[in-house]
Amino acid sequence: MTSNLVIVPVLWQFLIAVAQMFSWFNPRLQRKLSVSGNVIQVLIASWLLTEVYRQGILTMNAGKWPAPFGIVFVSDTFSAVLVLITSISGLAVSLFSLANIVEARMRFGYFPIMHLLFAGLNGAFLTGDIFNLYVWFEIIIISSFVLLTIGGEKPQLEGAVKYFTLNILASTIFLTAIGVLYGLAGTLNMADLALKVAAIPNKGLVEVTAILFLVGFGIKSAIFPLYFWLPASYHTPPAAIAAIFGGLLTKLGVYAMLRVFTLVFFEDPIIDTLMIILAGLTIITGSLGAMVQTNVRKIFSYLIISHIGYMVIALGIHTELAVTGAVFYMIHDIVVKTNLFMVSGLLYRVQGTHHIDRLGGFYQYYPRLSLLLAIPLFSLVGVPPLSGFWPKIDLFKAAYLEGGSFITICLAFGTVITLLVIARVWAEVFWRPAENLPERPNFRFWHLFTLAEKIQYITPIALLSAVSLIIAFRAADVHRISQKIASELMNPKNYIQTVLPDKSAEQQ
Amino acid sequence: MKSIILKKASDYLLPLLLLFSVFILLRGHYLPGGGFVGGLIASIAFVLHSFANGLNETKHLLRIHPGFLMPLGLSVSLLSGLYPMVIKKEPFMAAQWMKEPLDVIGLVGTPLFFDIGVYLVVVGVSLTIIFTLAEVA
Repeated sequence: MTSNLVIVPVLWQFLIAVAQMFSWFNPRLQRKLSVSGNVIQVLIASWLLTEVYRQGILTMNAGKWPAPFGIVFVSDTFSAVLVLITSISGLAVSLFSLANIVEARMRFGYFPIMHLLFAGLNGAFLTGDIFNLYVWFEIIIISSFVLLTIGGEKPQLEGAVKYFTLNILASTIFLTAIGVLYGLAGTLNMADLALKVAAIPNKGLVEVTAILFLVGFGIKSAIFPLYFWLPASYHTPPAAIAAIFGGLLTKLGVYAMLRVFTLVFFEDPIIDTLMIILAGLTIITGSLGAMVQTNVRKIFSYLIISHIGYMVIALGIHTELAVTGAVFYMIHDIVVKTNLFMVSGLLYRVQGTHHIDRLGGFYQYYPRLSLLLAIPLFSLVGVPPLSGFWPKIDLFKAAYLEGGSFITICLAFGTVITLLVIARVWAEVFWRPAENLPERPNFRFWHLFTLAEKIQYITPIALLSAVSLIIAFRAADVHRISQKIASELMNPKNYIQTVLPDKSAEQQ
Repeated sequence: MKSIILKKASDYLLPLLLLFSVFILLRGHYLPGGGFVGGLIASIAFVLHSFANGLNETKHLLRIHPGFLMPLGLSVSLLSGLYPMVIKKEPFMAAQWMKEPLDVIGLVGTPLFFDIGVYLVVVGVSLTIIFTLAEVA
């Protein structure tokens, strides 16, 4: 089915950004535009998902150029679900930004850049052209660099340099890989590539290209051994920005891997083994890193790395069950990780520090708030019946039945360490009596906040906690959607036929 | 540095360069040129003017802040893409052309408006950057 609806999520974010640039000197109006715009974005994304569910894969040939020659935008269930989850997280982040981002930062164009970042994310999820995917990656990287440095504090700039260097390196490798692939197959359309790559006689060269893609996406999604940029940079910007980054940007790399290694490249034991080893080491090093950190945001940063490994290792197993687990985990992870960084922002606002040695007594003073914060924290661990538990059933089943002992051990190790880390955070921050809290005379503590600001802090956390509770209690439905996505990913015939109706008819 | 030769020359060069930039913009669809190059030439015209007459003179000449051209150009480009989608029910960015070519300009269609948008964005961005740097220095 062709439908212009596919491009609407991208254009809408772009429109919001342009409208906000017109009101450059009026941050007040920008805030209103951002929140109302993102509410509508959630509606658009839900509409897209229902249409995709009803009519099957939707496509749109930009500029009316037919598929393998022009740029095609494709929305299968995977893309539509990710656009929806991104929009919900985006709404939460723009609500959280209202009180979390100070006016001085807003004056440097925080909101327009944030919406360009969302436009880039939606574009990357919806494009069906591999070069266009690269272009969306660039849009995201440029906007994220501005977001990371806005405010210009010294640690921010230091983190940004590390972030930018490694991400530019990843982009270069990604671009090189596209160049080699174009030289081999003579096309950039992903559906067309799927047909042509399978027919290339020189399998060795295809394998090398696949490894280049793996390295490029691997750096972006922070897998072992090139993840050092992530914990070095994610704790520096304000919590709202860290929430976008932690929730969405690394998952984009995983999305690209899932898409490219199921659609373009055929199954290859060498790549799969490589993926499993790298992902296993990612899980282990990420969780060990989280154990030794004392800064809450650094702990969460290392947990991001560790959990990226879950999804990549599942892709390495390369069966429908494993991919179901990976997709389900990704849906859960985007919501929870975005929420966690907002939680860290709230903790900082209440107690004035990020160090778990100094934080404490949260439960004693704010019992109801603590219960709210328990939802994202324990969803992350996967305590049943919270949302992290359900995808892990699929992951462990796939690892045990189809993967092997190494994968099972890695997954179990990651889960146990995550539990230990979160238990430590809970014990130190929430249960331990407050003794060592910093005294900061010029800091605007939580109890000095107006009611409106308190609401702006708590609503997004409550919203995302509610979403992760919905994922948990409607796990059967989410699982069914993940299964549908996994079967679409593993059998891309339908995708190819929708994008290239003439070509696939020719081949038969 | 005040040079009377440069000052006098820039008075003539400014309109000439601006005309040339529009020429480059219009020939861009089938021949080398287009909005990006045209926009750069136009901003060179203003930069030259500011070298000769000082930054404040150029700002006075421009009347609006160059940064305002960025959202303006973006919205022109966006609308040129949205027009076929909203009015004609065709895919985003599908080119719509007039039936008869106009005098001097030639055949006009939505790609021209996309290029005009790019032109405005490029002028806005490069002038904002250069003016900001010149103010700091």
